[in-house]
Amino acid sequence: MATFLLKRILLLVPMLFGITVITFVVIHLAPGSPTDSLTELNPKASARARENLKKIYGLDKPLHIQYFHWVRRLAVMDLGRSFTDGRSVLVKIRERLPITILINVCSMLLILAVAVPIGILSATKQYSFFDKATTVLVFVGFAMPTFWLALLLMILFGATLGWLPISGLQSMHADQLTFWPLLCDRARHLVLPIFVSSFGGLAGYSRYMRSSMLEVVRQDYIRTARAKGLPERAVIYKHAFRNALMSTITILGLAIPGLIGGSAIFEQIFAIPGMGKLFLDATWARDYPVVMGILFIGALLTLLGNLVADIAYAVADPRVRVEEAQ
Amino acid sequence: MRTNESYFQIVARRFRKNRLAVAGSVIISILFVLALFAPLLSRYDPSRIDVENILSPPSAAHWMGTDESGRDVLSRMIYGARVSMLVGFVAVGIATLIGIFFGAVAGYYGGKVDAVIMRFVDIMLCFPTFFLILAVIAVLEPSLLNIMIIIGVTGWMGVARLVRAEFLALKEQEFVQAARAFGASDFRIIFRHLLPNAMAPVLVSATFGIAGAILTESALSFFGLGVQPPTPSWGNILSSGYKYIDFAHWLSIFPGLAILVTALGYNLLGEGLRDALDPRLMTEE
Repeated sequence: MATFLLKRILLLVPMLFGITVITFVVIHLAPGSPTDSLTELNPKASARARENLKKIYGLDKPLHIQYFHWVRRLAVMDLGRSFTDGRSVLVKIRERLPITILINVCSMLLILAVAVPIGILSATKQYSFFDKATTVLVFVGFAMPTFWLALLLMILFGATLGWLPISGLQSMHADQLTFWPLLCDRARHLVLPIFVSSFGGLAGYSRYMRSSMLEVVRQDYIRTARAKGLPERAVIYKHAFRNALMSTITILGLAIPGLIGGSAIFEQIFAIPGMGKLFLDATWARDYPVVMGILFIGALLTLLGNLVADIAYAVADPRVRVEEAQ
Repeated sequence: MRTNESYFQIVARRFRKNRLAVAGSVIISILFVLALFAPLLSRYDPSRIDVENILSPPSAAHWMGTDESGRDVLSRMIYGARVSMLVGFVAVGIATLIGIFFGAVAGYYGGKVDAVIMRFVDIMLCFPTFFLILAVIAVLEPSLLNIMIIIGVTGWMGVARLVRAEFLALKEQEFVQAARAFGASDFRIIFRHLLPNAMAPVLVSATFGIAGAILTESALSFFGLGVQPPTPSWGNILSSGYKYIDFAHWLSIFPGLAILVTALGYNLLGEGLRDALDPRLMTEE
């Protein structure tokens, strides 16, 4: 296990290097320089002010030197300052990150809690009414434009039925509430965002669980389990389910970038002050330091998520850690 | 299994038996006709402003009502189909070409080349795709052409992995060794012998990819970072229309439904193709 862990962690080094290179390249695709938006749109900016800005951001140096400087600052988690309000990018992200992570973790748990039973049920009752109904739902889930679903739910639950709040994180009177009512208020605000962010994953995951169950039930050891007279429940939940869940762990790791990326969409629509909304706002404002910072942090989160999934997989399946260590 | 059928005939027969797949191809065909003949099929100029008919509900004259400038929504939707089809095909075309190139090179040459390319794929996959797309749009101007290129350039990794896996499995087989023994060049082996045998999964993933690209474009256009008005796209019709959702719901319902149905059509088509092309399922008949 120790060798496996060490190998996995060493692998992070070239990955991190690659992530910084790509982030750097993306931002420097810009025709002209990143400071143009600050100066060209502002007629008062003189040529000297422009040169000054370039010096501050180090843009007068050759590209590889710029990259080197950027990575050196990155190593001490200095992501620069926002173009729009001059605040530290790291601080801005740190303020926004917890809510984005909270929503993503909740969606992940919701996906697991709902999709796994659905997958098992439709696999064990293949071609039943339940299986066909969920298949249709899965297809709709795959094809659903998230932002449209969010709008429809806002109209239905917020405006028409008036059951749930439709924007922000808390009600206006929230600061007068005590702990439990406040928690309840928060939760009500999070219902729709969490549902929307897990919708696509729900479809994909239950489909995946179904096919991996179907694959497992065909294996010899399932036939053996049945042949030795085990009750069907034990065959499905002890033998088949545990093996089917294995491959599902890896997919959970792969789902992370999709969830993080999707946060931009629902955070904007539900006016949730998270990292995704910060990113969209920065994109509109062409706030390059913020864009660069979030792009980097987003990739970092994915990398760590995958590491956790890999470790979980190795813990759950002894075959993996033996093979990988060799 | 009937023995005198060609591979294509078998696939076509198996595809036709699948009702959902046929439904998917009908949806896509209708959309193609709409997109191709948009000027003939739409009753109004999609950008003609009519101040006397602002936000009028669906009627005999305007089947899908009019928008906040009095423009005919149905005509704008038909022209919007052009954008969706174009983005879907071009973006996925770009992604598929890049993916085939990297996948083929990695799978065929193996060794260090393979290691470097696949590590690059892993690194690209670390970025949440939507974030990567947003970052590039922050740098470049949002326009139809840029959107197609960006979606394509950020979406090739899956294809590369598929093609590589197919090549690894195929390149040790006898027909490849025979071709090599006859003195065929690497180029010829890759394009004449290996690639045609690896195309089935690529075709399936490209079909799903089109649905994904259309969904991405509509989300970008919805946030004003995609196709720019006045060019109508389903995303930007929705974007300008949802402000009026309280009293003009048709501006929000129809474009969203169109996106959903189109993506659904491509997904059904892809699923049908996968089942029809799967050799493991063929022998079961």
